[in-house]
Amino acid sequence: MEVIRSQKRTVSNDVVSTPTLPLYLTAPPMEVRLEEFELFAIDRLRVLKGVSDGLARGRNPNEMDDLVETLWKEHMRLSDVSEMINKDIISHFVLRLVYCRSDELKKWFLSMETALFRHRFRLKKIEEQRAIVGEFGLPYKAVIGAELESLKERLGLVARSLGQISSDVENIYYKVPFEEVPDLVAGRRVLLQKGYAFVAGSQLVSLVVTQFRSHLSKALILTNRKWTTTIREREKDRLTPIVEALSTSYLGPDYSQSSEYADISLKDIDQVSKSSFPLCMRHLFEKLREDHHLKHGGRMQLGLFLKGVGLKLDDALAFWREEFTKKVGSERFDKEYAYAIRHNYGKEGKRTDYTPYACSKIITSAPGAGDHHGCPYRHFSEDNLKAALGRMGLSSRGMEDVMDKVRNKHYQLACTLTFEAVYGTSCDTGINHPNQYFEESQKILKSKTPTAPV
Amino acid sequence: MTREEIENNGEDMMIDDPKPKIENDFNVHYLRIYYGNLFPYTDIHKWLSYGHDGKHPGCDEYYFGRREFSFTLENDVYLRYKSFKNASVMEDAIKSNFPYKIDIGAVYSVDPDKRHAYAHSGTNLFTPVERELVFDIDITDYDDVRYCCSGADVCSKCWPLMTVAIKVIDTSLREDFGFKHILWVFSGRRGVHCWVCDAKARRLTNEQRSAVAEYFRVYKGNENNAKKVDLMGHSLHPFLARSYVDFLKNFFEGELQATQSIFSSKEKYEKILGMITDEDIQSDLRGKWENSARSSLSEEATSRLRWEQLKKTLQSKKNKALSLRTCVEEIVFTFTYPRIDLEVSKQMNHLLKAPFCVHPKTGRVCVPIDPNNCDEFDPLAVPTLSQLIEEINSGGLRMDVDDDDSDRSLLGKSIKFFRSSFLEPLLKSCKEEIESSYKTKIAKTKDSFSW
Repeated sequence: MEVIRSQKRTVSNDVVSTPTLPLYLTAPPMEVRLEEFELFAIDRLRVLKGVSDGLARGRNPNEMDDLVETLWKEHMRLSDVSEMINKDIISHFVLRLVYCRSDELKKWFLSMETALFRHRFRLKKIEEQRAIVGEFGLPYKAVIGAELESLKERLGLVARSLGQISSDVENIYYKVPFEEVPDLVAGRRVLLQKGYAFVAGSQLVSLVVTQFRSHLSKALILTNRKWTTTIREREKDRLTPIVEALSTSYLGPDYSQSSEYADISLKDIDQVSKSSFPLCMRHLFEKLREDHHLKHGGRMQLGLFLKGVGLKLDDALAFWREEFTKKVGSERFDKEYAYAIRHNYGKEGKRTDYTPYACSKIITSAPGAGDHHGCPYRHFSEDNLKAALGRMGLSSRGMEDVMDKVRNKHYQLACTLTFEAVYGTSCDTGINHPNQYFEESQKILKSKTPTAPV
Repeated sequence: MTREEIENNGEDMMIDDPKPKIENDFNVHYLRIYYGNLFPYTDIHKWLSYGHDGKHPGCDEYYFGRREFSFTLENDVYLRYKSFKNASVMEDAIKSNFPYKIDIGAVYSVDPDKRHAYAHSGTNLFTPVERELVFDIDITDYDDVRYCCSGADVCSKCWPLMTVAIKVIDTSLREDFGFKHILWVFSGRRGVHCWVCDAKARRLTNEQRSAVAEYFRVYKGNENNAKKVDLMGHSLHPFLARSYVDFLKNFFEGELQATQSIFSSKEKYEKILGMITDEDIQSDLRGKWENSARSSLSEEATSRLRWEQLKKTLQSKKNKALSLRTCVEEIVFTFTYPRIDLEVSKQMNHLLKAPFCVHPKTGRVCVPIDPNNCDEFDPLAVPTLSQLIEEINSGGLRMDVDDDDSDRSLLGKSIKFFRSSFLEPLLKSCKEEIESSYKTKIAKTKDSFSW
């Protein structure tokens, strides 16, 4: 692929004739506009994050099929079919660059792309599926004639063991080395004989997905090598900054402008902290009140959050001054801390109006000794987290559900469950940003008591 | 046994009739003699070289040196990532350390000794490349269904559970998976290990190993569920059906009933009643059995009678619910089907005890078991360290196993079996493989030079 700045794109003829589910075996020769490089990747990333969310919520395969169809239509559809395929291919290869750069990124990308492929495959008709199997160049032959006859009875048993009532067998079975279909073997979903598995036509997806994953896994290693040896340096002024930003990008509203639900004043702040702050901010707030101090990480995380929540600069200065002067005195506050607060609001230095941190950023932070920032679901010990959740009013049953998510490292889902338990409603979109938690909370509370301050 | 007990025994021997010699004694002195004279270094080296110790140009002379071993010394000192260039280096290392336990790990991409040199790059260059497919079956995993022993003990009544496990797994490895070079080894105290050594098996990925282990998994029990085997669907998968018909059913209705009497007391039969999902049937049977509690039949006869009653009742009520149809099989599977330790099989880097080690708690040697004759295997008749030392001391027997006297020496028989049934066929197939893959390689390079 060649990334260019020109307005027109020349499309290679090869692309149009391929089926609608590309296998991404090789990067096709095409030119990509620089803007598309980033935008296509972001759209695909939204799909992958949607897939990730669906899996973490334990959606069953049919639900995942529907989810993938919806996500794809929403983010990847274009009016021209060939344009759509191009976007599909381009976005995949761009994200390969982004996600090849560490083992953790690779693992995530591999899982999500494989899941995406699996469900897109499942949505295809059987003829299309067979064509895709052919694309992979898999040497599997269909089992026919006498061999099929000799196996029919046992194939029927397998079908019945999987819940089928009759012992009729499907028309086509493929004879495949058992190593190629580990998930079918693990589930005893196939007949095995002398090292071969007999895979039904309806089970093709398993075969293909294993191939897909294995191929992509190897490709990511090669991509990483190319990236570190040549591409990163060569593209350091053009593509590299885009690639590096994409893996940490948060894809929702940035809460830099306060909305109608976020407009708090100093006198309400204590009450609001108890009623509407997510656990991370509540903890920072409590510690600030307790210690009259927060270290840098905490000041940034809480300070920007408060900005997003609608605290004006003057109120912010007054708020932090009130606390810090109890410990460090007024002069030191003006000298050492006030500047930073003004900086956060874009009133100093290069005047960047900093945006409040999203969950992804908070979760990946690394609080050290004396720090209170970070994500409690990730950074607290189990006991401390349970105590904190207890103070938020969770029942032991609710707490177990939350802890279960935590143990599986689904920190944002844990926070979402907490939200749902505290406010007694469901939050389908999931919590991705502390300010989102705040706004949703305020929506609910205000709808219950419209006039009184909450 | 402590020093005191040994001395006291010695005193007793002078007064009473001579007691049998001290069995199951394990100490470093005996261990030295064992590793000095009896441990089959050459055979182990030949096995783990898989033909690469030969002279053929296709042989990789560094293959053996990339295998990880680990030693557990006295006082639980644990040394990992040990590797040896060849058999004599391995022999020297064992003879200078006298490990209580030797484990065999995977063959790595580089010499385990040198792994730190490769740790700096972003992607891991020190990775396992080959490793036998292994299984570990331990009788303590069956404690909820054996009534004669528990924990570390094993006896002739419950050992047959291991026998039936070997039969089921061995048959499946050969028939379903097509493996041929399978070594079963006594773990020394209360279980068995299985080493599948085909080249295909050694190259399986973790995911594929996991798939095989899950294929074998049936029992999903813990303290929280009463029904630990759930065979869903309208029929059994052919593998389970074959295991049931060929091995499990007869074992359950024959030997198991005779030795365990699983219905003879209320506590025992309640456990089985808990596996029947229909409350009415449960009460029906419970009523029958409570009333017959004082019958004059033996424990075994009572058990058999109740089993027949249970089967009859379930048969007559089978149309009541789908789950009742497989209830009889589920009960049989719960008591007899192999319970393997999944974690041991799933990862290439998992270490497993080497054959021909001596178990520190029992003094018994980890000898191979013949899967075709496993009914004859008696864990309590396996040679112990003391017996072997006694044999050396008394007869001055030459421990050279090549002569015809090998059958007479305690360990000779096992080593002979290891060589003829396992090692020789394996090495033959390895040789063929090395030769043919070399030919293919040469042919490929020839092609690339052609116009």
